[in-house]
This record gives sequence, C-alpha cells and structure tokens, in this order.
Amino acid sequence: MSLLEMVAFAAAALRGHRLRAALSVAGVAIGIASVVTLTALGEGARSYVVGEFAALGSNLVIVLPGKVETSGHAPFGGAERELTLDDYRAVAQRVPLVRRAAPLVVGSETVRWGERGRAVPVLGTTAEFAEVRRLRLAAGRFLSPGDPDQGGNEIVLGVKLARELFGHANPLGEAVRVGAWRFRVVGVLAPRGRSLGFDFDDLAFVPARTAMRMFNRASLFRILLDCHRHEDLERVKREVTTLLADRHRAEAVTVITQDAMITAFSSILRALTLALAGIASVSLVVAGVGIMNVMLVSVSERRAEVGLLKAVGASNGQVLTAFLVEAALLSTLGGLVGLGIGVALVRGLVEVFPEFPAVPPPWAMAAALVLAVVVGIAFGVWPARRATAMDPVAALARR
Amino acid sequence: MIELDDVWRTYPVGEVEVHAVRAVSARIAGGEHAALVGPSGSGKSTLLHILGCLDRPTRGRYLFKGREVGQLAEAERTRLRRHDIGFVFQFFHLLPRLTALGNVELPMLFAGVGREERRERAAQALRRVGLERRAHHRPDQLSGGERQRVAIARAVVMSPSLLLADEPTGNLDRSSGGEVMALLEEMNREGLTLLVVTHDPAIAARARRVLRMDDGRLVEEAKGGSPSPPAAGVTGAGDP
Repeated sequence: MSLLEMVAFAAAALRGHRLRAALSVAGVAIGIASVVTLTALGEGARSYVVGEFAALGSNLVIVLPGKVETSGHAPFGGAERELTLDDYRAVAQRVPLVRRAAPLVVGSETVRWGERGRAVPVLGTTAEFAEVRRLRLAAGRFLSPGDPDQGGNEIVLGVKLARELFGHANPLGEAVRVGAWRFRVVGVLAPRGRSLGFDFDDLAFVPARTAMRMFNRASLFRILLDCHRHEDLERVKREVTTLLADRHRAEAVTVITQDAMITAFSSILRALTLALAGIASVSLVVAGVGIMNVMLVSVSERRAEVGLLKAVGASNGQVLTAFLVEAALLSTLGGLVGLGIGVALVRGLVEVFPEFPAVPPPWAMAAALVLAVVVGIAFGVWPARRATAMDPVAALARR
Repeated sequence: MIELDDVWRTYPVGEVEVHAVRAVSARIAGGEHAALVGPSGSGKSTLLHILGCLDRPTRGRYLFKGREVGQLAEAERTRLRRHDIGFVFQFFHLLPRLTALGNVELPMLFAGVGREERRERAAQALRRVGLERRAHHRPDQLSGGERQRVAIARAVVMSPSLLLADEPTGNLDRSSGGEVMALLEEMNREGLTLLVVTHDPAIAARARRVLRMDDGRLVEEAKGGSPSPPAAGVTGAGDP
C-alpha cells in the first residue's frame, strides 16, 4: 500500500466526521497563525529599531582614551596616555577610510546672556562634528571649518538653551558669556533629543581649542569618526587602534562602533521574538491535545472498522499508519490554513501602519509548519497505538 | 485444512477466569460446508475468531493448513488473514464512506495490489455476486441483502481457501437470507471451505456437518440418521 493510497484512505475517513475535523484544523490554524503573526511583529520591531539606529549614523566609530574592557570608570583619569589634538589630526589625515573626524572636549559651565544664565554641558569640537553626528540647524550655521588649533569665539546653542536664554528674541549675532569668556552666537540647533548620553537640545558647542583652554584641559574626551562604508568599520577600527598604539607606544585607547550597539539591540529583540514564538507555540500544544482528543474519539467510534481492517488483512503497522496519517493530515491542513491567516493578518497590519516593517520571517513560517506536522504526528501516536492494541473480536461482534 | 487439538480460550474477568472455549478438538477438511450452532454466549464467535487468526488459543494447538497458528508471528497471521481467510459478519461491516467497489477493493489495498488490477478484480467479484450495477453505490444506498453480498464479494476477492461467516443471515429477511446462503453454497461447491455460525436451524440444516457448542464445549451432531463420532471428519493431513 503506497503512501498516496494511505493518504487517500485517511482523507476519506476524515470526510466521515467533517465538523470534528474542521474544529481541530481550526485549533492548529489559530496556533500557527499566532506564531506567524507574533514573530512577524517581533521581527518588525527589530528591523524598525535597527533601522532607526542606522539612520543616526551606523558608520560611527568612537575613540576613547584608556583601555576599557567592561568597567565604566577607566576613561576618566585612569588612562595612562590621553588623547590629544595631535592624535585627532593623525587619525583624521592618516587613516584613508575615515571620511570625517571630530574631536570632543567636554566641560560644564554657565552660559549667560544679560541677566539670564543656564548651566549646561559645553562641548568643544570642530566643524566636522555636525556632519559626523548628522546635526541639523534651526538657524544660522555650525562652527566654521578650519585648523582645530585656531580656537575662536563662535558658539552654537541647543534649541532649549536658546529658548531659555533668549525667549522669542533672535540669538544670532548676540554675545553670550561662558564663565569668563565671551562668545558670539552663530547658530541654533534643530531639536534632536538625547544621543550618546547628551541632551543635544540643552548644551552649547564651542571650538575645541577654546574649550580646552577654558576648562584647562590638555586632552580630548573622545574622537568621533565617520567612515565611508559600513563594511569598512572593522578595518577602520583596527587601523585606528594600530595608529594610536603606535603613537602612544602602548595600546591605550578603546575603539567602539555603534555597530556593536545595533548588534546588541538586534540580538535582544531577536531573543524577544523567539520568546513570543515560544509563547505562541504553547497554543500549538493545546491544538495538539485537541487533535489527540479528536483521534481518540475517532478510534473508539471506529473499533469495528479497526477490527474489519485487521480481518481483511491489514497489519498492525498499516492500521497505525492509517491513523497517524489522519492526525498528520489534520495538523498539516491546520498549519497551511494558519500560515494563510497569519500572513493575511500581518499584511492587514502593514496596510494600517505602513511605517512598521512587519514581515513574517521565512524561518518562522517554515518552523511553524514543521512544528504543526510534528505536533499532529506526536499527538496522533497514542490514539493510533490504541487502535492497533484494540481487541478486534469484541468490536466485530457488535453493530 | 483445520485441525483443533484440545483448544482452550480463557479470559480473565476480574479475579475469575472465564473459559469461552474448553478443550475443543475438531477437524474440517478442505471444501467442507460446516455449521457451527449453539446458544448465545456458548463460545461460537470466540472459536470463529480463533479459526480466523484474529485471536489465539490460550492453550492447545490450532493447525491451519498444517501450520500451528499459535506459534506464528503477528506478520504471518496477518498474511494468513489476507490471503487464505475471508470473513462475513452479521452486521456486514462495510465502510460507509466507500462505495461497494471501494469496499471490495479494501483487502487488495492493504495487500498492495495495483490500482488497475484492484478495480478489475473488485468489479469481477461484484459481478460474481450479481451486483455489478450497484458498484458505485454507497452502503446506505443498498438493501441489507445487497450489503451482505458486497461483504461476500469483499471476503472472496483475495481468493481465500476458507470463508468464515458469523450469522450471515442474522440481520436479513428470509428471502435475501436465502439468496445469501445460496451464494455461499455455490462458492462452497466450487471448492471454498465454508464455516457458518448460525442460530437458525434451517440454515444449519443446509450444512453437511453441524457442530454444536454449549458452554465452550464442542459436540458434533449426528446428521441425517447417520451418526458420526465427535470431532470426526476427513482430514488431509494426519496428526504429526
């Protein structure tokens, strides 16, 4: 007896109790549909978050002084050799894959205009910073380009700082004081929110050299790099490390990429997706129990049929297979229907929220279908074994 | 064909053992027509199922064509049921979802006979029982007598040497019962060994031998004034 004939035989048996079969198919379909939908949502969330991060500049490389592994305190004070403006210049000019680089000096000072003052972080950097961090301006311009050693008295204000100091007045061209130093406002940033630990709406940018003098620093807080292509990140990282190790005669800097953060986020969200899939799979197990119930009822209803099949020469193996194929047909059908429903649900969701990139991942669809078939067979084994273990004699004597 | 030698069949019921078949010895030769009679619960069906290799004796020997069935593996007994033994039941046991033709094809399906050959042999078997025009009807569209004839076609489609009929007319009116018996007897005349379990003295009277069961024991009834000893009968193979 070929498998095809067995499937035809089992399918005919299922047609004998359509309603019961349809209900257990529905059970499996709901399980599979929820697995497909939830993994699609999870994967959608993952690619949404990763996409947002990438938009912030996924080609960003950050150089910080000191060799840090996992502790957070090393960059401050503990470094044997600190980063200097010369290091910055070397990295910017001698690593060819680097598109732009910007130094970063950080201090805190009160910015005053007339009677009003506000204590904010003051960041010293160069013109390149605006491009490396993709900053946009609401008014005016960013720091002017030129030799980082030049310094100067230009200042760019965050949008909140500008509003607090100037209200509705136009800050461009006005003179402000930062501590004892006088600056001229050349630009106001567009709203940006928090990034890399700073509230970009509530701070001020001044030239790097000026900041170093103002805060009496000889060293840089960070060097930020932007490379041409995402694929170059690892090479840039290596080359920068080598160059600075060479200059410092020791490996005294740490180079991190935003890529690492994206990878971390991505794997967290993937884990979340798997957890969702796991929860949804529970409903599949419930569906499996439903199949088992249907098959048990079917087996006890068809005692006489089992007896007859044995009487006409069906082996125990053939009887077992016939019932297993029935269970597998139920779950496979349920799996296919569930896939259809799940995909349709996700499509509908994307229609309503087009910006959310929810797509059922192929691996999840394949896994769900395989799971459905396995559930059907696993939960069909026990009823099928009962069918073969039944005493045909008793069954045949009755109507 | 059939040799029973001190065959017992015992079921445990709670703490007690029930002897459905006690110390039965009998021989049935190939081509015979025998009737098995007795009140309900006398063990007729149990003995029939032992003869049909659906059940095994608890004790004693059952030789079918010289092979001891109790010693055979399950797969071998399946082969015997498939190729050598046909069953006809009181309640027909046709699968309601299959047509008459499909029901007759069933034994060949499990025996692995190809589709074309199956169709042809099933159609031929239906012709043999006079139901070729009913081939595509389902059981619920057939009369009782027609259903039993489909069941007979199914029982003989594998050309068995032994046909076991458990109350084949028990659920039929007199005229279709008569037709069914005529059909079975015709097949018997063509060489098929026939054993009919029945309550009906008229049916039993048509058999050449009558075996009576009472409380698990088997007694051969004298027939037509010529008494024969219990468990007598011609047998091809002697006791080994």
